[in-house]
Amino acid sequence: MNRGHHMLSKRNPQLNKHGELIHLLSIEGLPQAVIHQILDTAGTFLSVNDREVKKVPLLRGKSVFNLFFENSTRTRTTFEIAAKRLSADVINLDIARSSTAKGETLLDTVANLSAMHADMFVVRHSESGAPHLIAQHCAPHVHVVNAGDGRHAHPTQGLLDMYTIRHFKRDFTQLRVAIVGDIVHSRVARSDIHALNILGVPEIRAVGPKTLVPGDLREMGVRVCHSLEEGIKDADVIIMLRLQNERMSGAMLPSAGEFFKHFGLTPEKLALAKPDAIVMHPGPINRGVEIASEVADGTHSVILPQVTFGIAVRMAVMSILAGNEA
Amino acid sequence: MKILIKNGRLLDPASGRDETGDLAIATGRIVQIGGAVRDFDADRTIDATGLVVAPGLVDLAARLREPGHEHEGMLETELAAAAAGGVTSLVCPPDTDPTLDEPGLVEMLKFRARKLSRCRLFPLGALTKNLDGTALTEMAELTESGCIGFSQADAPIRDTTVLLRALQYAATYGYTVWLRPQDAWLSGGVAASGAVATRLGLSGVPVMAETVAMHTLFELMRATGARVHLCRLSSAAGVELLRAAKREGLPVTADVSINSLHLTDVDIGYFNAAMRLNPPLRQQRDRDALRAALADGTIDALVSDHMPVAPDEKNVPFAEATPGATGLELLLPLALRWAQDAGLPMARGLAVVTSEPVRAMGNALGSLAASAGRLVEGGVADVCVFDADARWAVAPDQLQSQGKHTPFAFECSGFEMPARVRHTLVAGTVAYSCAS
Repeated sequence: MNRGHHMLSKRNPQLNKHGELIHLLSIEGLPQAVIHQILDTAGTFLSVNDREVKKVPLLRGKSVFNLFFENSTRTRTTFEIAAKRLSADVINLDIARSSTAKGETLLDTVANLSAMHADMFVVRHSESGAPHLIAQHCAPHVHVVNAGDGRHAHPTQGLLDMYTIRHFKRDFTQLRVAIVGDIVHSRVARSDIHALNILGVPEIRAVGPKTLVPGDLREMGVRVCHSLEEGIKDADVIIMLRLQNERMSGAMLPSAGEFFKHFGLTPEKLALAKPDAIVMHPGPINRGVEIASEVADGTHSVILPQVTFGIAVRMAVMSILAGNEA
Repeated sequence: MKILIKNGRLLDPASGRDETGDLAIATGRIVQIGGAVRDFDADRTIDATGLVVAPGLVDLAARLREPGHEHEGMLETELAAAAAGGVTSLVCPPDTDPTLDEPGLVEMLKFRARKLSRCRLFPLGALTKNLDGTALTEMAELTESGCIGFSQADAPIRDTTVLLRALQYAATYGYTVWLRPQDAWLSGGVAASGAVATRLGLSGVPVMAETVAMHTLFELMRATGARVHLCRLSSAAGVELLRAAKREGLPVTADVSINSLHLTDVDIGYFNAAMRLNPPLRQQRDRDALRAALADGTIDALVSDHMPVAPDEKNVPFAEATPGATGLELLLPLALRWAQDAGLPMARGLAVVTSEPVRAMGNALGSLAASAGRLVEGGVADVCVFDADARWAVAPDQLQSQGKHTPFAFECSGFEMPARVRHTLVAGTVAYSCAS
């Protein structure tokens, strides 16, 4: 019977009816043109970052609230810098240690902050989907940027990774990209995989032991490899993921040492990739766990440019969102 | 009180009766079925022209949330929901607070329900004290106080020795043990393992959580001879194991929920917490297998798995949401819709919510077993009169249940419901009536 119509709640909640970005919740479902628009805009902001006065007035008078329900100094700082370079007022709330600890619900916290006339929420939360929930319940003029939710998505990291790849490799449609490590728990990997698929990368490999790279991942459009040698052979881009401390020993992996021996990126392993391969990492890196220092600091590494591009990409996302209406 | 239901389509799946005629009720019992009833001095006459007159529905899984969760549901509201849904008998699991592990609690619950006289209530006692999987409850005492079987609700027993002892003890007295097959260690996730959970970054519950538990359970049944009712199967692989167990002759019955019968994990969409359910919604091949198994009788009954949840428990990130959905008022339409979709006659759709669940309850119903879920002369007058041609959309605010969350709300599902209940009679008393 009648189930054909897609109901309101099934429409991609981050796009308005004109297909413009009003929230950035996930890369999944973003049109290729929107991704390129963000990357192009980021390019124009890179020069701002090189100027003596590193500010443009695009978000003057706007209030950006950093809502970090999960601690992360690094990501919060990059968002803060990006918002300040757009001339926004930035309010940092370390909610992991305040309201929710007192029993306030997520939506109550958001309602209270909305009453303080927030224009944008940058949200990090340990549960997948929390930014979607906030986007559904906040006032229509408020924009939500997902700064990492559970294992689900970290779209600005995905976008800055795409910026980095485009910067060094130009054409996505000829690339082999290997993502190595703890993919099952990684929101970065999910965002990268969606972005690479949307941008037309023909071969995406997910590399790691079966506990961290289960076969289910194939359904996201990747080739699953359980050996690093197979995974990085002739790769153009290698994205190494951070192995969280709590997974280094237990039922997922016996030890960091054994992981490094088989899946750590060393100069010898890197030699299997294309001679001009780039090595990326979302940071913070664990030297000697997923990546050898010689590689992290070597000529193939683009880990520090990623950080620089990250500011420009976050400026681009915030300025585009601020220009679109629900 | 004498009631005459006139000129309805009398539809009784158990006997195969399907004819237009009258139904006469006196002193709580059906005194005549079929034909034109004459010389019956009725106190009330219900004109059932154009309506179906069927046995009242029997729901094998409905939580009323009382005692302990009164802010999410109370006997008054939830039994009103049952009556509005045409449900005249329901089985409630023991996961109240405190759990139903003391005869006094069971007696109190039955007493409260009887006073409301909206629906017959058949509690399941806790299989282990406080459902914590260590010590057995006084099953014989609980049975005397009105329990019709014993269950762990959604709290699987971790220690297999305790499960073995519980089955042995229940088998001593011939009690049925109602278990949801779920391995305690594998069932920690919040969505079914698969493409959707992977994509959304939600922790998965693999099919193995169900099949590993079933393998263990069947082995223990062979050793103990215990009779088991499997609650809410969710997977195609589980269906296959059940089919083999029945073929082997193990004393096992099973049910499936309206949610698993009609939905899949794709319906989670963008983290819709109304779809946070136990068991989790699985994939289309699982749903297809569950539908086929209900059609061929491998799965015996369809249940609402009614679970009213307060709004605050759902307006949180998906994984933190309390699992469950309201369902009592949707059982009839979703049973009929399944039959319609499967190309089965309406009587078959009714059977899985009337006579079949009564059969699955076995001898625990005592004298009631002969007429509950059926239209029988001399039997109890539990009757559901409904308009099979009505079409409606679920608007949560209009539900009687205190629980307003349902995956079938029109605004998120687009589901159109067939059939609307007009009158519900329990023991010959009108428990619900709606004019048009």
